[in-house]
Amino acid sequence: MWAYIFRRLIYNVPVFLGILLFVFAALRVNDPVWMYLGKGATQEQYETKKKEFGLDRSYPVQYFELLGDVVTLNFDQKSWGQEGLTVGELLGSSIKPSLAITVPALFLTSIISICVGLISSFFRGGKVDKTLVILAVLGMSISFLVYIILGQYFGAYKILKETGASPFAISGYEPGIGNWAHYCLLPVMISVIVAMGYDTRFYRAVMVEETTRDYIVTAQAKGASRRKILFVHMLKNAMIPIITRIMITLPFLIAGSILLEMYFTIPGMGRTLITAINDKDFPVIQVFTAMFAALFILSNILTDVLYALVDPRVRLS
Amino acid sequence: MSETNTTSAAPSILKVRHLTTRFKTDRGIVTAVDDVSFDLAPGETLGIVGESGCGKTVTSKSIMRLLPPRVTIIDEKSDIQFQGLNLARVPEKTMRTVRGDKIAMIFQEPMTALNPVFTIGWQLDEAIKYHLDLDKKQRRERAIEMLRLVEMPNPEKRIKEYPHQLSGGMRQRVMIAMALCCEPDILIADEPTTALDVTIQAQILRLMEDLKRKLNTAIMLITHDLGVVAQVCDRVLVMYAGRVIEEGPVHDLFHRPRHPYTRALLRSIPKSGRKEHGKRLPAIEGIVPSLTELPDGCRFQDRCELREQRCIDEEPELIPGPDRRPVRCHFPLDGGS
Repeated sequence: MWAYIFRRLIYNVPVFLGILLFVFAALRVNDPVWMYLGKGATQEQYETKKKEFGLDRSYPVQYFELLGDVVTLNFDQKSWGQEGLTVGELLGSSIKPSLAITVPALFLTSIISICVGLISSFFRGGKVDKTLVILAVLGMSISFLVYIILGQYFGAYKILKETGASPFAISGYEPGIGNWAHYCLLPVMISVIVAMGYDTRFYRAVMVEETTRDYIVTAQAKGASRRKILFVHMLKNAMIPIITRIMITLPFLIAGSILLEMYFTIPGMGRTLITAINDKDFPVIQVFTAMFAALFILSNILTDVLYALVDPRVRLS
Repeated sequence: MSETNTTSAAPSILKVRHLTTRFKTDRGIVTAVDDVSFDLAPGETLGIVGESGCGKTVTSKSIMRLLPPRVTIIDEKSDIQFQGLNLARVPEKTMRTVRGDKIAMIFQEPMTALNPVFTIGWQLDEAIKYHLDLDKKQRRERAIEMLRLVEMPNPEKRIKEYPHQLSGGMRQRVMIAMALCCEPDILIADEPTTALDVTIQAQILRLMEDLKRKLNTAIMLITHDLGVVAQVCDRVLVMYAGRVIEEGPVHDLFHRPRHPYTRALLRSIPKSGRKEHGKRLPAIEGIVPSLTELPDGCRFQDRCELREQRCIDEEPELIPGPDRRPVRCHFPLDGGS
């Protein structure tokens, strides 16, 4: 097992170097210093700034420096946009608010949509199934923004105006467990509702395929109850697509939801990155992008390892 | 059809009467099994033969109630008597106590019939757990004992393995072990050897024979292979387009088929040492009529060599013939193939 993980890591080294090279090049197509300083800057200002950030050195030197920073998790580069803050400090302060929303959202979405998918596939073609499918299609046909605005209006503003109580904040964020429900529950619920349409349909399709398998009839012939067949036999077989689905979304957990964070003014990763892009904050953009790439690769490896854990047919050698 | 059609002298363990199973399809309601009646005696091996789509599998799955409930209608007149229960009518919960415990089933495809993500031991354990009051350790011992019974080498090691680590023959042995671990009264085997190669087929059939004798289990063997029937069955039921068309003890039926279809089936078996060596093997012309467009008269009419006007006008009843040999034909043969 460990040998396998190690081997996968080694295989992915060239992949990571390639992605990093791409990020590195893409961020230098337009000269980052000119972008930052704007049209009014003088040649002198430009040269000083360039020297200050080490961008006057040769590309290979810069590339290996970036590589070194990412591998050793050295995030001491100074932000160009936020005076006096390093990239590491920005990362550290924005990762928690993002996770406070994305982790509960993923958890709830997955559990609810797997259950709904199971139920829907079990009653395939019946009234329950048809209703659930229609609801799912409806749910995914409405824009994310509509949910956010309706959520803010009815879930927060209307309640505040009519009862005076404020269970949910219209926007904003305070750290701490005690404040979580007030600031995060509403965005989490919106996120769950948006993702559920897609996920339910996906899990339903996965389960419907499993219901046609021969082993279902064998289990029935042994005297297994419907519940046992559904939640033991089928669910374990459906684990591969389920894991894939969840793992694909893993990097986004950390990247955060840009729309939610912008509308609810939650200082998470997505919002920080957007701010950095607007500010032409080159070091933040470069390190964040490189880190996301690394996260994708790591979650892919993790997916493969999990496959082997749930499916005995997958061999790790 | 009346009780006189039933043939067994011994008290029967399973009495099927007027079993009629319909499916709701896009093209309307289709009757897949039409008024099928038969008996099964304890310890007897009954063969059900016929071409694909004749209703053999639907018959067995109707008895086990394993057909998808939303599209299946088991007609109200159907009566499946087993230990004082009418299996066509009992609630699902009661049915679960019958399945696997009193009536067990094995299937055609050992490659897919086992759940690929659970160990052999887990799957055997599950079959035991639902019906026998044993603790975990006893169940494990029982599982190993069953694998030994089906002549699986190294059972202690095998229970930790997954289906994909076993060959087709070994998997079918696991299926048999699983089916027999609660010592059922009836074993329904739906084409148990079709997917296996010939040497393995012979081993599996011999194994089923041995176990039947050891455990006194009655077997309902569904097959299209008359060679298999000749080898292991006591009695045969021949089905055609959802109906029973002939029934009788194996030896009798093979030597003196009374229905033209049975005779044609028997003729199409290749025989070694046959005189007409080098000639084409006689096959039955045409195909089984579609269940949605059955003819008014005899269902075999358009493929029958002996068809007369009456066969086109009127469907024959199952006539209780002499020597426990009912046949559904206006002009039954009187023997010799």
